[in-house]
Amino acid sequence: MSQKLELVCPAGSLSALKQAVDNGADTVYMGFRDATNARNFPGLNFDERSALKGIEYAHSRGRKVLLALNTYPQPQSWEIWTAAVDRAARIGVDALILADAGLMRYAARTHPDLRLHLSVQGSATSAEAIAFYRENFNIQRVVLPRVLSLSQVKRVVESTDVEVEVFAFGSLCVMVEGRCYLSSYATGESPNTCGACSPAKSVRWEEAADGRKVRLNEVLIDIYGPGESAGYPVVCKGRFEVNGEVGYAIEEPTSLSILDILPELQRSGVKAIKVEGRQRSPAYVGQVTRVLRQAINSATINPDGFVPRAEWVAQLDKVAEGSTHTLGALERGWQ
Amino acid sequence: MKISLGPNLYYWSREETLEFYEQVVEWPLDIVYLGEAVCSKRRLLRLDDWLEIGEKLSAAGKEVVLSTLVLLEADSELKSLRRIIDNGKFLVEANDMAAVHLASNNIPYVAGPHLNVYNGETLALHRDLGAQRWVMPVELSHTTLTEMQAQRPEGLQTEVFAFGRTPLAFSARCFTARAHKLPKDDCQFRCGDYPDGMLLKTQDGEPFLSMNGIQTLSAATTNLIEALPQMQKMGVDVARLSPQSHHMGKIVEAFAAVRDGKLNPTEGAEQVNRVIIGTPCNGYWYGEAGMDWSADAALAYSQP
Repeated sequence: MSQKLELVCPAGSLSALKQAVDNGADTVYMGFRDATNARNFPGLNFDERSALKGIEYAHSRGRKVLLALNTYPQPQSWEIWTAAVDRAARIGVDALILADAGLMRYAARTHPDLRLHLSVQGSATSAEAIAFYRENFNIQRVVLPRVLSLSQVKRVVESTDVEVEVFAFGSLCVMVEGRCYLSSYATGESPNTCGACSPAKSVRWEEAADGRKVRLNEVLIDIYGPGESAGYPVVCKGRFEVNGEVGYAIEEPTSLSILDILPELQRSGVKAIKVEGRQRSPAYVGQVTRVLRQAINSATINPDGFVPRAEWVAQLDKVAEGSTHTLGALERGWQ
Repeated sequence: MKISLGPNLYYWSREETLEFYEQVVEWPLDIVYLGEAVCSKRRLLRLDDWLEIGEKLSAAGKEVVLSTLVLLEADSELKSLRRIIDNGKFLVEANDMAAVHLASNNIPYVAGPHLNVYNGETLALHRDLGAQRWVMPVELSHTTLTEMQAQRPEGLQTEVFAFGRTPLAFSARCFTARAHKLPKDDCQFRCGDYPDGMLLKTQDGEPFLSMNGIQTLSAATTNLIEALPQMQKMGVDVARLSPQSHHMGKIVEAFAAVRDGKLNPTEGAEQVNRVIIGTPCNGYWYGEAGMDWSADAALAYSQP
């Protein structure tokens, strides 16, 4: 038997949290209902009361709850972020997921016993960067941006004593997280500043003779033909013209899925795998958690004989962007 | 206020690069950033070449800073990073926390634009670690900068990205290679064919982005020349101009003339806008979408 990966699942709401816990998540992660977290969408996330309920639900079943404060506070609203750190400490989350170095300094100083994780938004891609956060703020875990190959992930794990968490399933960020301003370039709001990538208020659909057009602010992101399924207009998954050719110049609509390399991740010493999707429905969370729970159990019992079951792949593809999946940067060929 | 030339983000030939920096010696610049910040595969110039260029610029009275790679993925890149940090002569611009970690053992550094310094506490952290200057992330506005300036620790200088195609994103994937249907490991250095990046247009023909290997830039060019008087009043220490392949000397001269009060900011903007790549943008500075261009807002702020 090889070491069992910790399954970390998204909770955009209390019912999503319950779906994650009931279907086998070891850990759930949530955010407060404001710009302090990178999934700041209307109708999502937790106030103090619902967060407490969620923590109680998870803890009573032996599961952990992480809280993401992974946007970058600006001076005008700094106190909102520090208050969120204090609130998280008060309600008893098992760890904070932070991106901003200043906020990390505040958290480490004010709540020295609170466990800290470095968010994917912190853009740490090397053991040297991770060492910075370990030495200065005693972080216990790092979430790696989706830009490293599997061998590079292994190298990072070997070179640090900080726990490493990688993304396992969900919408694929093509750019280094925390260093992508495509959204604010088009709309004025970005994950770093507002916790929003392609904010819904900037999206406009229009039916035209040549198809269904989707614009972000005024920028034409894509045109869909009759019967073609339309995705959410993030800049990196639009169709554009480069050198006279129209196509997905950056990336096709697709989801990351690590099913194919699960035993290798386990053997590599990666501590935890994370499911993306706090903006998705409780049904999505339940479905993905259930499949990954089964897969992890199977890979733990028999790593050498592990083959992803066809029904797992089909179930995950059903909820994947463009109904298809990729290993993304983990596979050198994708890069 | 000083004027700096940012690191060249593109992949020009060795001859073009050397020729470019021969001209830089003559330009009215105070600070020059050198080195490769985008892709570690680009090695037409090695560290020794950059140091040699640095010596010439230094002898001409310019402050020289060596920029480090933004995205680090391999051990070989960390090794090169250490060599840059330990160069023993020039200041270093840290563009990743790995560089900050190596430099914070008593080597002063510039906190580059990719370190995500968004608030006073993070400013103070970098000052405590040895930063001499910080470069504001491009997506922040002058309103945020005003607050940051009020909280800025003593002795820490502020630099603002004031000209050039705006650096917007980095990826593991090389978009230039992808457009040429080449794998990244056999990219054939096609980014060398695009001295200002490869244009990406929307399907209605509007230039939107510029792909520069693993980096994505704006297709429009940031031009904050009209905001220079406002920056001076705010106590900004350095305005950064990012190299483009043509007319860079004219652009530097226009910025220096406006800074010195020898050229009206509106006329300066007109001069610069005539020679920039694509259309101008200044939205980030005014708290709007980065791609926006507001001549009126710029004008209003430039009034004494």
